[in-house]
Amino acid sequence: MSVTTMSPDPVDGALVELNEISFVRSGNAYLDRASLALRPDGRTIIVGPNGSGKSLLMRIAHGLLKPTRGHVTTGRRNGCPLRQAMVFQRPVMLRRSAQANVIHALTLAGTPRRRRREHAERALASFGLSQVADRPARILSGGEQQRLALARAWALRPEILFLDEPSSALDPAATKAVEEGINTFHEHGTKIVLITHDLGQARRLADDVVFMCCGRIIEHTPASRFFSSPVTEAAAGFLRGELILDTDPPVEQPGKQGGPSF
Amino acid sequence: MSLIATGDPTLFSIVQLSLQVSLTAVLLASLIALPLGALIALFRFPGRGVVITLLNALMGLPPVVAGLIVYLSLSRAGPLGQFGLLFTPTAMVIAQTLLVLPIIAALTRQAIENLWEEYREQLRSLGSGRIRAIPTLLWDARITLTTVVLAGFGRASAEVGAVLIVGGNIEGVTRVMTTAIALETSRGDLPLALALGLILLVLVALINGTAYLLGEITSRNMQ
Repeated sequence: MSVTTMSPDPVDGALVELNEISFVRSGNAYLDRASLALRPDGRTIIVGPNGSGKSLLMRIAHGLLKPTRGHVTTGRRNGCPLRQAMVFQRPVMLRRSAQANVIHALTLAGTPRRRRREHAERALASFGLSQVADRPARILSGGEQQRLALARAWALRPEILFLDEPSSALDPAATKAVEEGINTFHEHGTKIVLITHDLGQARRLADDVVFMCCGRIIEHTPASRFFSSPVTEAAAGFLRGELILDTDPPVEQPGKQGGPSF
Repeated sequence: MSLIATGDPTLFSIVQLSLQVSLTAVLLASLIALPLGALIALFRFPGRGVVITLLNALMGLPPVVAGLIVYLSLSRAGPLGQFGLLFTPTAMVIAQTLLVLPIIAALTRQAIENLWEEYREQLRSLGSGRIRAIPTLLWDARITLTTVVLAGFGRASAEVGAVLIVGGNIEGVTRVMTTAIALETSRGDLPLALALGLILLVLVALINGTAYLLGEITSRNMQ
């Protein structure tokens, strides 16, 4: 039985704690007893080959999916639920103006009507989008849309921000803008959890690294340690660019593009 | 032609009643069918497949059958007989609403389900439940739904069987364009029938043209 609880006193001050999480569909274990504590400080980067369960783990941590087994504990601050946001690989924008997209998010978050416009304008300005505020979001370029996704998250003032390969479809300039955006969140005290396949990006951003393979968390070490002398042989091989062939059941990683269809 | 040019009052009242009945029916049907279609799209419940199949099948409900059902319900001996609605414009509105509702509900269900597939993760991440997502989705599907409502209007304004049965084609009371065309053709007054037919065509073309332009402008801006 899966349980999602809101603990008034989170264990060790973790924002989100995953405890022995398994995710099983039609006999395949896509996640196998994964445990991870996401603490308030620093940027946690999740790396690993395709199909290792990274996106699934993130969706469970964010609360989009329920684990088959295991506990998710979400911390509370001063009795308020944890403020979370997520930026997806492909930004999903509503068929409205850029500003209306941010306002919609603020509406859902319960921001009083009179403050929404002002908050949205400030968020757009923070990500250099004031010029395109009134343009329909879906005609913006890929880079602008991803910055808009960051601005939308920014408006919500999240304590933890999940990002699932936010720059994998972007050119270097747009990638740089996204990384600067991530660091803006970081400097303002938002916990960053990022999945990436770009090891250069992982090196640039990581404070600690989670290495996943075959639905398991293989190691979780400080970034300096991970990139110089990883603990496990699997991680060392991954860093050398060796192909890791899964022999265990989890093969397909569902829901990479359009969302899991579970 | 001279009938149209001189603005014949009988002709005018027929056109007016036609528009009144069909537009009211489409408005009522939309108010019910848009949220209903969205609800069916977003929720899983036992018998959902049956409901969807039924709605799809009812899109092809023959107008005379709809007319017959409403006739039986509203006639003196029927369950709603006490209101004396038979052979009034209200009865015609009810019959056309019944005809249009399944079309709008079934097509809305399809459109909203596709959009939800695209938006689901993002909306849930932002904290939107399914109920709260309905207005968001209906607004974001507005271009498709405009076409859907128009399809409903097309059906309502073009059908003759239902309004004939429940309205009775009474001159000055329940005579609309389609029933008048049918009557005048059978009586041999072809000029009046042709004039009415022409007006009906132009009206439908105008409404569809306007909606098409609106859709074009919006979709160019919103895709």
